[in-house]
Amino acid sequence: MSRRQFWLWRLISVGAALAALLGANVLIISLRSTGWLDDYTYRVIMLCGINILLAVSLNLINGITGQFSIGHAGFQGVGAYTSAAFTVFVVSPWMRERGLQGTPTGDSALLIAGIIAGAVCASLAGLFVGIPSLRLRGDYLAIATLGFGEIIRVTILNIEQVGGARGFYGIPLLTTFFWLYLAVIVLLALSRNLLVSTQGLAFLAVRDDEIAAEAVGVYSTRIKVIAFVTGACFAGIAGALYAHFDGYLNPDNFRLDQSIIILTMVVLGGQGSITGSVLSAVLLTAVLEWLRFLPTITVGGRAFSPSELRMVFFSLMLILLMLWRQTGLLGRREFGWHVVRQYWRLLRT
Amino acid sequence: MVRICAKSVLWLSVVTGIVFALGGCKPASRPGASNSSGDIPVGVYLSFTGSTATFGESTFKGIQLATEEINAQGGINGRKIALHKEDDRSDAQEARSAVTKLIQRDGVVAVLGEVASSRSLAAAPICQENKIPMISPSSTNPQVTQVGDYIFRVCFIDPFQGAVMAKFAAETLKVKRVAVLTDVKNDYSVGLAKYFKETFTKLGGQIVAEKSYSEGDPDFRAQLTAIKAANPEAIFVPGYYSEVGTIARQARELGIRVPFLGGDGWDSPKLVEGAGNALEGSYFSNHYSHESTDPAVQRFVAKFKQRFNGEVPDALAALGYDAANILFDAIRRAGSTDPTKIRDALAQTKDFPGVTGRITIDADRNAVKPAVILQIRGKEFKYVQTIQP
Repeated sequence: MSRRQFWLWRLISVGAALAALLGANVLIISLRSTGWLDDYTYRVIMLCGINILLAVSLNLINGITGQFSIGHAGFQGVGAYTSAAFTVFVVSPWMRERGLQGTPTGDSALLIAGIIAGAVCASLAGLFVGIPSLRLRGDYLAIATLGFGEIIRVTILNIEQVGGARGFYGIPLLTTFFWLYLAVIVLLALSRNLLVSTQGLAFLAVRDDEIAAEAVGVYSTRIKVIAFVTGACFAGIAGALYAHFDGYLNPDNFRLDQSIIILTMVVLGGQGSITGSVLSAVLLTAVLEWLRFLPTITVGGRAFSPSELRMVFFSLMLILLMLWRQTGLLGRREFGWHVVRQYWRLLRT
Repeated sequence: MVRICAKSVLWLSVVTGIVFALGGCKPASRPGASNSSGDIPVGVYLSFTGSTATFGESTFKGIQLATEEINAQGGINGRKIALHKEDDRSDAQEARSAVTKLIQRDGVVAVLGEVASSRSLAAAPICQENKIPMISPSSTNPQVTQVGDYIFRVCFIDPFQGAVMAKFAAETLKVKRVAVLTDVKNDYSVGLAKYFKETFTKLGGQIVAEKSYSEGDPDFRAQLTAIKAANPEAIFVPGYYSEVGTIARQARELGIRVPFLGGDGWDSPKLVEGAGNALEGSYFSNHYSHESTDPAVQRFVAKFKQRFNGEVPDALAALGYDAANILFDAIRRAGSTDPTKIRDALAQTKDFPGVTGRITIDADRNAVKPAVILQIRGKEFKYVQTIQP
């Protein structure tokens, strides 16, 4: 493939992705206005997007670089709180003075400002945690990241300006389908391109055998810090989008449970598989909501509602899935055009 | 070929999984709200699992009892109440999902919940936006009902409790010199302390010492020594039971003999476990006492025990029972299941005879109602008196 061809294809794929996003956006907006898509389904779709961001960004650290981090909710919290504080205390008053608030352009600008603030702060947090702790390996790193997550939560709990234990409310609701899924596409493209580049090979080398990687000249700490900062950055973006979607933040949203849920998504999807993370993020988010709709069964005159045991079914499903596929849904494979092509060939024969 | 077969089975199952998951969320026109016959759908969102699961369980028992009673009497205007309950895993984000589901899918005409103020604050904007009345049984933070004109509560708010304790100290205990020890990081504690000080000084009392601590502190001797030097007749500690026990024990070790006063944050069997006998004879304010001589309370306690295998209803169950009954009363008075009309009827609730006292909803949609004072004797919380607002 010549250089020109490469860039042509790149242009086409970026265009196609953007066209698909815009198409989906128009579809969602028209479905919502006609009442076909209610707020509940819309909420599930949006939460799926936020969880995809979290899972894929953690996959970058845990799956692709092989570092065991369980402090991802901490980065999400940093992004969520800093972006919310930034839009509420800094940008909003500035825009109100100039009468820019409430216009679609103003709202988008406000959201982007918030996202950038969240992403920058979360990346810095990633850097601060990453540089000292990434010299640790395995379990020790896990404990260090766990500690970091707790430090973030307790710090937020003690900042009165953002509501402390009561929670931070009154955040403008700015997140739309378009911006959220634009972030998802950017993150997916970034992860995918990383995997096929020389840089990406260094990441995989660090995962597979750190000593061997060092021996062939890969500076493993640098690679790990890059992975950590990028993952933290996108967790921060997810946090920022979440803050401006729900309009309410509570330090409890970012406790260890949340980190574990994100980790579950990565492991369930197959560590290292980008599409696996996407698949399991959507699956876990949607199934947890779907379990609310289990029909009531009447056994011997007593009504029994299985949706009360929602969390039991959910955990059971996770256990069964992990027994059935220890490597996760997709293992280290990816779902992409090559799979479609393979099936197409299969169908023709 | 076998491999490909296995693969396609995997893929098929995954795809069906997703389709099912999304299919479960198929859009439906909002039922119930617009209907004028059939059951009246009422939503309940509480924490049935997670860190505060007992809050949800207790409250729901109260709501369930009230609903079963009204349905046994033939419902409201000939229509029965159908409860739709959703669990929020003690999580603010889930609380929002649960309420969105209740409103959009079950078409509920009103929502009951939550206990924790943080989760009520998270979900209230959704009820407000959809113009569905929400009644919190027991969120005491003043901000909850400030979300909008569709948000109500049936419990008193934090400032009131501070004032109640001040009144009790000045008028019943007849003490003049009180020290205050506040948990500075806790909104609840700070609110109670502020209003206690205001009311107490207005009633002619004197605050002789003001000290603070933070949740999780293991040692309070420095603050307590300073308080001892000020020689108070009582010490007001509006914190949570987790620290109050330790504070009381260390105070007794330092030779402080005066009684402690507190708020509903003390209400836990763990309080006496932590304090030993250090809190013997101390007082705290609460929403309700199952020992109250009020016949309405005794009737409720008897019915509750009969329904739930002899279990004694706690304050949360009583508040859940009152929240449900106030809602049913409002639906009856509205003569309609239109959420806006129910809201208007709720706002006009006056002198409703609840088990936690006579309840009037004020202009800020908060409940104006009495509080009870309990005294700690042994492992029991004994009813002392009721203080009217």
